[in-house]
Amino acid sequence: MNAVVIRAGFLTSVQDLGRTGFRQFGVSTSGAVDSFALRVANLLVGNNESAAGLEITLGGLQLRFEDERIVAWCGGEFDVQIASRALPAGHVAELQSGDELKFGNAQFGCRCWLAISGGIDVPIVISSRSTDLRASFGGFEGRALRDGDMVLLAHRPGSSPPATAEVSSWTAPHDWVSPAKRHPVLRFVRGVDWSRFDDVTIQRFTNQEFAVSPDSDRMGLRLDGPELKRKHEADLISEAVAPGTMQVPPSGKPILLLGDCQTIGGYPKIAHVITVDLGVAAQLRAGDRVHFSEVSLEDAHCLLLERERDLDRFRIGVSLQRS
Amino acid sequence: MEIIPLGDSALVVRLREQFEDAPEETLNEVLRVFQLLQRAAIPGVVELAPAYTSVAVFFDPVAVLKSNGAANGVFDELATRIRSTIVPASRRHRRRTAANALRLIEIPICYDAEFGFDLDRVAEHTKLSGPEIINLHSTGEYRVACIGFVPGFTFLAGLPRNLATPRRDVPRKEIPPGSVGIGGAQTGIYPLRSPGGWNLIGRTPLKLFDPTKNPPTLLHPGDRVRFRAITREEFESLTS
Repeated sequence: MNAVVIRAGFLTSVQDLGRTGFRQFGVSTSGAVDSFALRVANLLVGNNESAAGLEITLGGLQLRFEDERIVAWCGGEFDVQIASRALPAGHVAELQSGDELKFGNAQFGCRCWLAISGGIDVPIVISSRSTDLRASFGGFEGRALRDGDMVLLAHRPGSSPPATAEVSSWTAPHDWVSPAKRHPVLRFVRGVDWSRFDDVTIQRFTNQEFAVSPDSDRMGLRLDGPELKRKHEADLISEAVAPGTMQVPPSGKPILLLGDCQTIGGYPKIAHVITVDLGVAAQLRAGDRVHFSEVSLEDAHCLLLERERDLDRFRIGVSLQRS
Repeated sequence: MEIIPLGDSALVVRLREQFEDAPEETLNEVLRVFQLLQRAAIPGVVELAPAYTSVAVFFDPVAVLKSNGAANGVFDELATRIRSTIVPASRRHRRRTAANALRLIEIPICYDAEFGFDLDRVAEHTKLSGPEIINLHSTGEYRVACIGFVPGFTFLAGLPRNLATPRRDVPRKEIPPGSVGIGGAQTGIYPLRSPGGWNLIGRTPLKLFDPTKNPPTLLHPGDRVRFRAITREEFESLTS
């Protein structure tokens, strides 16, 4: 059965947890810019964490369902309605055949991820159902959704979901389902080219505020703020970059790379935003302000391990709720 | 050899500081290390990506920790395992790599003015005639130094020095798929419609990137590449 796209909104695409194993061929990760949010939403509706869902940018999506489905979403501050009922982030709702789900515009934050029980059934292309918007393959016909598209949904999982009422009170921790912050501080570890910048520049980077530029997208956030100048403008040999990498082109305006970023880069890498903060970065939109703060690599790993342990507990909680 | 963190879920094994001084030797070493790491299948490592002088190792920190359980840092633990995997190359291995263990792929290119939008620009910069440029470009032998920028975009080392031409000041917004270009001291092929600043001198009818195939690219890192000049008619007949 399908979900009918009545309105596709500003930018909505099919995404799962992205592609692994094909960087050597220049293939980007793609996938949900906040993969953790999609994992949580999937668990809430009883899916496998890696099921394909929808990434909704700035809102405006309106879907009609052709059969019964459980839905949940995580991400920015959106008004989401089923008929006249509100569906808050991280809550599950049971939809009947013919029901409509409507995403308003983001009040703040930038993106959210919708999981639908069964997941979205688009073909697997290069190991993933994610849309590579830049190279136009994967997902729904290699493109963002348009008004009138019919999105095929896979068979619903056998077990019943945690929802018993129309909108269940069962939810995930607030930080997980609503990662958008008013004045975010993104934590980073030093990049390999950290020492190519002088002390004054490093001071600026860690003390001053940056504003997200309008020409930001799923490839990366371009940041306006104090100019970051290298000590010597020597050419570097291109090597791997990854989501989270902050590179500094000759303009001195840093770029924070996101899921659709290319696989290699030749600009100096000043820092890398840590994995657990990528979900916060994914909520930034044009005009938003952001600070950066250094942590050690050990701390970055501890934070990630802690979150995974919490998710393990949550996974057990969800399965108990369901049984 | 240097092992450098690339954020909290990847690291870079840098094998050389320079590329241009010894591209062949450097690429052979990168390829050797790439294959050693691939075969070692170190627990927690999710993928490898070679480029010019380095091999990037992407890993799942949780899986690395689970596999060894040591109190040691995740990064240190992984770096140690990588170091012990990368044994120095024997003299025999070096000879073997040199002796054609590599794939040689021929790419047909039509250098007609219809496709070579920037042949005049390259001629002006290099002080060579059109036929001289085509002859030099199509008789050289190249190596895939890296694939990136867009899926399947090949950066080829081995461009005859006198063909080197700086990139265009203003990049083109859209370049047709298959376009062959010169960007500084490198040559390469645009597999997809994309923006780009290289000087376009011809076009191949071959499909360099096909997401329905595994692997999805015609060329792989380290491959040897030769170009063959073809006519407009041949170009048409080879277009799939």
